[in-house]
Amino acid sequence: MTSETRSSGCGSDIRQLTVRGLCHDIAGKRVLENIDLSLQSQGVTAIMGANGAGKSILIRILHGLLRPSGGTVSWGGRAMTRDMLRSQAFVPQSPVLLRRSVAANLKFALTLRRRRDISTRLDALLALADLADKADQPARTLSGGEQQRLALARALATDPKVLFLDEVTASLDPANTLAIETVIRRVSDDGTRVLLVSHDLGQGKRVADDVVFLHRGRLAEHSPAKTFFSQPVSAEARGYCEGRIVL
Amino acid sequence: MQDFADAFRLAFALLVQLDPNLVEIVALSLQVTLSAVALACAIGFPAGAALAAAKFPGRGAVIVILNTMMSLPPVVIGLLVYMLVSNAGPLGFMQLLYTPGAMIMAQTILVTPLVAALGRQVLADFHDEYDETFRSMAVPWRKQVAALLWDARYSLLTVALAGFGRAVAEVGAVIIVGGNIAHVTRVMTTAIALETSRGDLALALALGIVLLVVAVTINAAVMVLRASAQRLAYV
Amino acid sequence: MATIGSRMMMARGRIAFCIAMVILAFCAAGARAAEEFIILQSTTSTQNSGLLDAILPDFTKSTGIEVRVVAVGTGQAIKNARNGDGDVLLVHSRAAEEAFVAQGWGVERHDVMYNDFVIVGPASDPAGIAPFNGAIAAMFWIAKAKAPFVSRGDDSGTHKAELRLWALASGVDVKAASGSWYRETGSGMGATLNIGVAMGAYVLTDRATWIAFKNKSDSKIMVEGDPNLFNPYGVILVNPARHPRVKAEAGHTFIDWLTGPEGQAAIGAFKIDGKQLFFPNAK
Repeated sequence: MTSETRSSGCGSDIRQLTVRGLCHDIAGKRVLENIDLSLQSQGVTAIMGANGAGKSILIRILHGLLRPSGGTVSWGGRAMTRDMLRSQAFVPQSPVLLRRSVAANLKFALTLRRRRDISTRLDALLALADLADKADQPARTLSGGEQQRLALARALATDPKVLFLDEVTASLDPANTLAIETVIRRVSDDGTRVLLVSHDLGQGKRVADDVVFLHRGRLAEHSPAKTFFSQPVSAEARGYCEGRIVL
Repeated sequence: MQDFADAFRLAFALLVQLDPNLVEIVALSLQVTLSAVALACAIGFPAGAALAAAKFPGRGAVIVILNTMMSLPPVVIGLLVYMLVSNAGPLGFMQLLYTPGAMIMAQTILVTPLVAALGRQVLADFHDEYDETFRSMAVPWRKQVAALLWDARYSLLTVALAGFGRAVAEVGAVIIVGGNIAHVTRVMTTAIALETSRGDLALALALGIVLLVVAVTINAAVMVLRASAQRLAYV
Repeated sequence: MATIGSRMMMARGRIAFCIAMVILAFCAAGARAAEEFIILQSTTSTQNSGLLDAILPDFTKSTGIEVRVVAVGTGQAIKNARNGDGDVLLVHSRAAEEAFVAQGWGVERHDVMYNDFVIVGPASDPAGIAPFNGAIAAMFWIAKAKAPFVSRGDDSGTHKAELRLWALASGVDVKAASGSWYRETGSGMGATLNIGVAMGAYVLTDRATWIAFKNKSDSKIMVEGDPNLFNPYGVILVNPARHPRVKAEAGHTFIDWLTGPEGQAAIGAFKIDGKQLFFPNAK
């Protein structure tokens, strides 16, 4: 984000991501190496790869939580700004819920961006997360799946144009995973750009429109989901899809 | 020693009979100390939150100064406040010397560094936990501080309790700026000092026991509150 | 978080407002007692003996003026009065009182009463002073025997009286002995007596505090009745010309009462265990 790059194509749609020459070092060790990437402004992109491939670092850099060591990230042709951050939302693998009730967690996010219709939106979000009957329960006493559904609803409370999800279903049971994937599809259909980190092949197949595959900090492959899962081009992706460990 | 047995008997009698002098002294002690702790928390907690959440030049120095001020002797603070509010001092026009107001001021100065420093430690842990979430949600700075303070409320209650303990037990500051005037500025610790100087050690010790009973009651109330908060996973 | 600096600047106005509120809160807590009162800077002896508790309610009843007593050592009481932190001074150190008036801090010194000092010590009497009537001889022999002696060491009236006695008992340099047989507590009369009794040491104390003192253990009066042990109390109105907030009128009323027939009678009537502690001597 050190300099601005002019993007070709989609003009000023801030859901359109362009990454140029992205590098990142942690404690002198290179964890992301020269990544170039262009994403369309619609759909669900799965960022996949083995543990330690750099997926979580990448998503945090794209969201502006981390400053990259080199290269540029631009949305709709412009570098990340605080205003842009306000139109994005992020759910990590273990969400940090406020020490308040379920409803108060949602209200906190709702009042960040709007002043009106809070209670209508609150009811809608509670219904979306299937937590209407637990609105007054302390958020941190919810089960893991409920907490993750609440975190997703809270992220959506700010009406994001881009939604980042980092392994949100990694520790959930199938029912909760299905509930969350259903919401993901729905918000994507409503026009929210979704970038989700996952190492669950099944999830990639179920929800992704395209797949960004990282291998040891490098972008090994970026292709439509159908192509990726049926005929991966790179050797690393092929190994990954076949369930082999690729070093 | 005969005094021990006497002290416990006397303390029991004082508590059971609700001796009106004792009630007055205990009430003033609580009024002064609770006001001071409330003011200290109102100043110290936001300051602690700012120190926990914000990075600015000189922050380390401020933290060192705060931690140092925790060990300031009450009598020094008493002298400082005396020189401020004395008729010969800059705040003499406020006519605070030998009033509960001066005692509250002294104890506020005594407790604020403590609650700010301990509060900062508590809030720094909360900030570490919440930071990424808040940055991701682009929560404005002031709202971050408010949310940290609110979510840490039960942990901060323990900090406030530490402040209460330091204030309610000190005698050095309140005896100088309050003057230990009967029915006006006599609190439990200055009454204990007076009875000690009168050689009535049993009564002095009995008052000390009463002070402990009051402190135990408040500590227990906070414990119960925290326990219920823990059930709600709010701690 | 680059904008925090500027946000903190913006918050400065609000902080100033908060400070103003805090000061208001102090004032509210301070300004509650509505009735008229004066502050009497006095010594621990008048309070610890219970004299003031006994006589002041009479004054308040007849005049409606409350007397708030700050009981500290004579040195500190005079210092506080110099700062204007009191309306009336009631202490016992004649030379210091006269200096206070001469320097213009006080209006005029009036005799009020006297009691006397006594030398108390353990029943075993290690220095063998009990047979003497004279205080100066007793002090001389205490020093000679290097028997433990506990001093106030706090610049109080009692401390000054004690130093005068040592000076009269020629050849005794207590400054040099401090820390060995001569111990300075730097505390009030009561605290000093607690220490002296516990150490089995000699102590110079005013009779009133000693009689009212409840932790005597096996210590008792060794020397009394010497004119050198005479302990006069004076009362002084703090000079309103120096400190305009001094409540001169109420202070005058109090001094007139204390040195008048009613106050003098009340002082004479105050007894503990049937013993009169203070002897009125106002002119």
